[in-house]
Amino acid sequence: MSRLSIKNLGARYKTQILDNISLEVSAGDFVVFVGPSGCGKTSLLNFIAGFNQPHTGTITLDEKLITGPGSDRGVVFQQDALLPWLNIIENVALGLELQGIPRAARESRAKEVLALVDLAGFEQHKVWELSGGMKQRASLARALAANPQVLLMDEPFGALDAFTREQMQALILKVWHKTGKEVLLVTHDIEEAVFLASELLLMTPRPGRIVERIRLDFGARFASGESARHIKSDPKFIEVREYVLSHFFTNRDTANEREYS
Amino acid sequence: MNENILNSADSHNKIQAITPQVIAEESDTTSNSPSRKNNSGLFISAATVVVIIAVWSLITSLGFIDALYLPSPLAVVQKFIDVSINGYADATLWQHFFASISRIFIAVTIASIVAIPVGLAIGINPVARAIFDPLIEFYRPVPPLAYLPLIVIWFGIGEFSKILLIYLAVFAPIVVATAAGVRHLDPIRVRVAQSLGATRWQIIRHVILPSALPDILTGIRIGLGAGWSTLVAAELVAATQGIGFMIQSASQFLVTDLVIAGILMIALVAYAIEISLRILQKKLAPWQGQIH
Repeated sequence: MSRLSIKNLGARYKTQILDNISLEVSAGDFVVFVGPSGCGKTSLLNFIAGFNQPHTGTITLDEKLITGPGSDRGVVFQQDALLPWLNIIENVALGLELQGIPRAARESRAKEVLALVDLAGFEQHKVWELSGGMKQRASLARALAANPQVLLMDEPFGALDAFTREQMQALILKVWHKTGKEVLLVTHDIEEAVFLASELLLMTPRPGRIVERIRLDFGARFASGESARHIKSDPKFIEVREYVLSHFFTNRDTANEREYS
Repeated sequence: MNENILNSADSHNKIQAITPQVIAEESDTTSNSPSRKNNSGLFISAATVVVIIAVWSLITSLGFIDALYLPSPLAVVQKFIDVSINGYADATLWQHFFASISRIFIAVTIASIVAIPVGLAIGINPVARAIFDPLIEFYRPVPPLAYLPLIVIWFGIGEFSKILLIYLAVFAPIVVATAAGVRHLDPIRVRVAQSLGATRWQIIRHVILPSALPDILTGIRIGLGAGWSTLVAAELVAATQGIGFMIQSASQFLVTDLVIAGILMIALVAYAIEISLRILQKKLAPWQGQIH
């Protein structure tokens, strides 16, 4: 069963940034787009989110054409984008407030989601009292609270340190496993991509294309209890990681590209 | 609308605008003894005032300057008490004060009610910007005294003209600050709201307005300053009450001590309002200057 469907999507601004992208996302998939800067992965995510319109092609979610942003697609941004005049629970409940859900109902929902991302007890904190990782968890909670059908994440751990990154990877896999939502995540970290993805899409720039798709199960193995270190030192994991690395680093002209996003 | 916000590449203006405060806050929080530093600052300020008053007393008591030009501080205080009990020009000091402060208050209130939506419209909508921006930029640099005669010709010498003059002085700074606040908006915040399903109005209400709030409050503070400077001009127009009128009238009769008392009163009241607005700004926008 396919929920999100992209057909012949193309976009050009000064150069062709995305060329003839077609993609079917099945229920429960964790799709990771990985590629060097300028391969159009962030642009593609913005088209799916509805922030921009592609020049050719269509994107549909459950057969419904995407023409703009909407609450059926939750977005987690690269830098934390919490609103500083709201405390944490108000930030998380914002989507529900916009839908007109009464305070008591939205706060109990927000509390549930905050517990899911291990932020129980931080409801009344101010945004600036949280660390970078906690802010990203709150952003994830905000996207989840509105109960979207798919979750879009644009390099959500890019600004975090290596330790926090690992924790966040574990957390997102837990959330993915528990909620069963489709996740579409953009990253340029190859190890992260191989670890998280159930469907890994390798992209190359000029013009942005999906050049290879790889089905993986490392994330699923982690979600069903295997330790991250065990998975990441598994020869199979190393083999896939090295394969993806060699894929990008034999292609000499992929270095030093600008990101057109 | 979104296009306008998303395309505004004003982020570097934003950095310029917030930098001084950020630095101030940072040095406050990172300093080892912020309270001691603040206390010593307060002490120096108080000492400065005491020294000025002492020098003033000395000069006047030694008779260097005729009391007609510079009355002693004591004479000013006595005049102050005298006028607050016996009044001047058929009104007590408090009636003069009340007349002035209510003009300012009415003008600032109406100006805020009109200027904030206009500023938001200028910041959000290119059409509104094209309509209002030239008008406001055209009249804003003109001193209120220059168009005062025109206002008198059109609207007479009643209370309306006085309030209108103050209103015009207050209006422009609030509009300009509000529009700047909207332009400083981080476009990511708009996308956040959009991806949560916000409508146009919800984006304005939940993202744009609160984002611009610190700038709006700064605009009101600047507007109040402009309002006080215009007050005296406004009260030149056949007023029978008001601090500005009182100063004007006293000067014509060379009641210098009352002139000084009036000036000090305006200064003290304007200062008190400025301080309260700063406290209000800290209360309403505590995130300002926080590193997040």
